[in-house]
Amino acid sequence: MAAGKTGGLKRYYDLNGWLFIAPSLILISVFLVFPIIRSLYLSFFSGKGMMMKFAGFGNVVRLWNDPVFLQALKNTVTFFVVQVPIMIVLALLLASVLNNDRLKFIGFFRTAIFLPCVASLVAYSVLFKSMFSVDGVVNQALFAVGFIDTPIGWLTEPFWAKVLVILAITWRWTGYNMIFYLAALQNIDKSIYEAARIDGVPAWARFLYITIPMLKPVILFTTIISTIGTIQLFDEVYNLTEGRGGPANATITLSLYIYNLTFRFMPSFGYAATISYVIVLMVALLSFLQFYAARDRS
Amino acid sequence: MNVSRFLTTTSQYAFLGVAAFLSLFPFLWMLISSTNTSIDIISGRMGLGDALRTNVANFFTLVDVPLVFWNSAKVAVLATLLTILVSSLAGYGFEMFKSKARDRIYSLVLLTLMVPFAALMIPLFMMMAKTGLINTHVAIMLPTIASAFIIFYFRQSTKAFPTELRDAAKVDGLKEWQIFLYIYVPVMRSTYAAAFVIVFMVNWNNYLWPLIVLQSNDTKTITLVVSSLASAYYPDYGVVMIGTILATLPTLLVFFVMQRQFVQGMLGSVK
Repeated sequence: MAAGKTGGLKRYYDLNGWLFIAPSLILISVFLVFPIIRSLYLSFFSGKGMMMKFAGFGNVVRLWNDPVFLQALKNTVTFFVVQVPIMIVLALLLASVLNNDRLKFIGFFRTAIFLPCVASLVAYSVLFKSMFSVDGVVNQALFAVGFIDTPIGWLTEPFWAKVLVILAITWRWTGYNMIFYLAALQNIDKSIYEAARIDGVPAWARFLYITIPMLKPVILFTTIISTIGTIQLFDEVYNLTEGRGGPANATITLSLYIYNLTFRFMPSFGYAATISYVIVLMVALLSFLQFYAARDRS
Repeated sequence: MNVSRFLTTTSQYAFLGVAAFLSLFPFLWMLISSTNTSIDIISGRMGLGDALRTNVANFFTLVDVPLVFWNSAKVAVLATLLTILVSSLAGYGFEMFKSKARDRIYSLVLLTLMVPFAALMIPLFMMMAKTGLINTHVAIMLPTIASAFIIFYFRQSTKAFPTELRDAAKVDGLKEWQIFLYIYVPVMRSTYAAAFVIVFMVNWNNYLWPLIVLQSNDTKTITLVVSSLASAYYPDYGVVMIGTILATLPTLLVFFVMQRQFVQGMLGSVK
């Protein structure tokens, strides 16, 4: 065969290879590669609307003196630092319990816990907004069981607004992550757990010393995906706070700030592009760190 | 059964029960609230009311429902079909016609998974403004078609495609595009079904990009309509609930009909 694969045949093979991937490559070049480079270029310009002038690193300097940007950066970091670990641990616990086929109604539990990730981001944000109103169903329930004696201002107090955003994202995405762990767990040989159980290893230790190490690649994957997602958080905060990121910018995220800078007020394309590169750098840095951390230990 | 075993089983059920209740409650809330007035909804009424008919009627007066639904369906289905076509061609191409150059390009394609949309939206908006595509559905679809994630999914799945089939077809004198269309696509139909479900969900729920591009009421999709109803100064939550039900129904339906493909599609990335 090797002799036949020379000249014309090889060129035919190569040509077909390029033809199959060409549509994707063209679309990616136009709608992804070009814009990301254009963003970088724009970040060197300042001005409003189409009146732009070269500003060098002026936008970067402006970042450090912009309290709204700093607040958005702080909020975004808070969201993923607090939310991602809570969600991953919760998803792992759920998956390890749901992996037990001896439990009854296991199919129902799996479907129920997975169902939130079918909901549209806008729809569930709006639902949460109505559930967490001052006299809403959540405050009433908390009041009824005696957890609170005055209603919590979920949408009016900066601290609780952040908590609400974290609760909402956790509700939406825990089941999504859980499914990945469940699939990975089902590939693990059950006899390992049996052996550990017979040797008297308690459940928590089996979870900590068998489940977690076995799932490390999946945990890494989902952590990266979740972190990238949370850094770009937009739909939820926009719809929980009428697009303002309130109260008092307590929930404004970088993406929301970019949107407001570009499409709510007179557009500052250059400055908004600079902020978008902060997101690019954060995503790149965190993905690198997480990969590095995972490589190092193995 | 000994006592400690019983306790762990009970606590497992308790844990799952609480998790399932919390997961399902917002859906239940949505259904109950659709029968209540806005005031009842924000004061946390848990019982069924008698405002369902009024809410539906108000929703239909405020919103051109057939048009909005048509907009959503058109954008979601077309974008999904195009995504699957273009990405499966690429996944097949990368896997079946391996070369050093193409493998290098493939790594670059995977790298684009990390590019945040926030860094694309300003240049994309300017591009659409320049070409006069603002407020069109074409503008919504174009940037979503090429998807590194789905290319990756198809390339991974193609590894399981029996190459003997391809060799046999070649002997029979089929051209490469014929092999793809008449052999690969039918053989891989479960892969296609899974990809369809996942991409459809993403497109149906797409929000930020349509929010930027679609500016008039006659082009808006259901997610945009729900969002704008809910962000009014005094939103009528009864009406909003009808909107959330309509926005969620198609994805719920797709999920329940194609649950297996849905999960398979999602997991495609970790195989």
